[in-house]
Amino acid sequence: MTIETGLAPPTTATAPVRLAAEHVRLAYDDRVVVDDLDLELTEGSFTAIVGPNGCGKSTLLRALGRLLRPTAGQVLLDGRAISRTPTREVAKILGLLPQTPVAPEGLTVGDLVARGRHPHQTWLRQWSRDDEAVVAEALAWTDMTELASRPVDALSGGQRQRAWISMALAQGTDLLLLDEPTTYLDLSHQIDVLELVERLHAERGRTVVVVLHDLNLAARYAERLVAMKDGALVASGTPDEVLTEQLLADVFDLEARVLPDPVAGTPMVVPVRRLR
Amino acid sequence: MTAVTQVRGGRAVRVGPVSASLRWRDAAVPVLAFAALVILSAVSMGRGDFPLAVPDVLRTLVGLGKGPQEFIVLELRAPRVVVGVLVGLAFGVAGALFQTFARNPLASPDTLGITTGASAGAVAAIVLTGGTSTGAVLGGLGIPVAALLGALLSGLLLFALTWRAGVDGYRLVLVGIALWSIGTALVDWLLTNAEIYDAASAYVWITGSLNARTWDHALPLALALAVLLPLALAATRTLAVMQFGDDTARGLGVRLSGAQAAVVLIAVGLVAFAVSAAGPIAFVALIVPQVAVRLTGGSRPPLLASGLVGALLVVGADLVTRTVLPEALPVGILTAAIGAPYLLWLLVRGRRGSTL
Repeated sequence: MTIETGLAPPTTATAPVRLAAEHVRLAYDDRVVVDDLDLELTEGSFTAIVGPNGCGKSTLLRALGRLLRPTAGQVLLDGRAISRTPTREVAKILGLLPQTPVAPEGLTVGDLVARGRHPHQTWLRQWSRDDEAVVAEALAWTDMTELASRPVDALSGGQRQRAWISMALAQGTDLLLLDEPTTYLDLSHQIDVLELVERLHAERGRTVVVVLHDLNLAARYAERLVAMKDGALVASGTPDEVLTEQLLADVFDLEARVLPDPVAGTPMVVPVRRLR
Repeated sequence: MTAVTQVRGGRAVRVGPVSASLRWRDAAVPVLAFAALVILSAVSMGRGDFPLAVPDVLRTLVGLGKGPQEFIVLELRAPRVVVGVLVGLAFGVAGALFQTFARNPLASPDTLGITTGASAGAVAAIVLTGGTSTGAVLGGLGIPVAALLGALLSGLLLFALTWRAGVDGYRLVLVGIALWSIGTALVDWLLTNAEIYDAASAYVWITGSLNARTWDHALPLALALAVLLPLALAATRTLAVMQFGDDTARGLGVRLSGAQAAVVLIAVGLVAFAVSAAGPIAFVALIVPQVAVRLTGGSRPPLLASGLVGALLVVGADLVTRTVLPEALPVGILTAAIGAPYLLWLLVRGRRGSTL
């Protein structure tokens, strides 16, 4: 494990940094949630942010996606302050999927995915051939073509999450931030969603940042784990480096064994008991 | 393109650099509503002590009428109907804006206290200056201007009290209800202190009426619509994305606080001028967008169709109150009589959690 101040691990040092947090302080009104945090995300990486409830991981993701403005420090997208980049420009580079997105009643899957083209459209050019081709491809790629005419609210939880990922794909951004995309899904649908995200990363070259609760799934799918506690970045590195018995005790107050996952070989956490 | 009909419900329409996805109902409903509105308006202009056939009315409207017909249609009857059309248009579009924005079918200028603000202004102008010389400022302004100021004031208060680095739909509804009760209390207080004659005329105003409208009532509203309606239609694309909730909308590149401010202010402006011209014709802004969305079958109230259905409702209700009902009642009584049961039905039907 590498206890560090927040710089990217050397394994990805050659790739350019796409998204970075520099000394950011994040607060809701007067309550400071994250203070003086640094993080760099390189081109083509797949990062999972993990940590106990209330550690500030979703808050950090919101700041990385310019939904929350830091009260100190800054977020850089391709070296440029994200708060000073027109939001529409950002939306062509960085896509995000909030934790529980809501679709209006009666909206079809096809129309939902088509909304992903919004940053690329103008008032006159609302549905170009390009838009249509990209949306058709996004639907096909996520296996949603058959469901395109179905209302989103008639889908199962797993299908609905696929539809939203399809929309994020149609947005055509290099970077994709996902806030707990597996919430409320049963295990097989959690796997389904994470396989889809992993394919986005591997086959479509997306730089992915995902907030996840399940450490075993995070270790299996992400190349890099970032562990947070009390608004600070505690550890960052490969799953093998980060998921140690010591870290689980320090960060999660959890006594646990860490064994190799018999399927993927990644570290697997087997809880023993809660400490303290 | 082969995938046209599979991807979206609409048909792709592309002319040069212009492209859109159009559903036939989105186009058909406004066209049919407009045609129905022309016919209904002509029928309405033909009814009265001196009945005229619809073809005669239409001929007169395009400048081919005979002397007396011209006077009856253009000077006596057209202003009333035109004010009805414009008011319905403004209320319908404003209602659709509020409901889409707040993601709540109960949001309307009635429930948000804007029309109540107009009532307070108008009643103050009637009551405080009533009969004698206490005239002062309000009387000099006249009832329409007092109503306009009342509506704008409560609309701006609504906006200012809701604003916290953005406008939250839920907060908007709660602040609106609070403003509504303040306005209602103010109106009641003014009425209890009023002379009986003033109180009676104030009551007619509060109900909303098209009686004795002239071109002077139509002109300011027509100008306001000429400015605000194109702005509202230009916001359609942004509204479609704002429906998804704040985070998703911002993620898709919408400058949210600016867009929210624009939508609320456009809607407040539409309501203020409409209510100034005809009083708060109850429930039009509440029910019309929900009727229009059922006609077009989309996922949100369509702006143009809501406006045209609103115009149909006001002109139709006015025609019924003038001809079918035994006494000439203010049009607002009929729209309230239709609207209140509709509101109950909307509540009983129990829509999904995300919309109500």
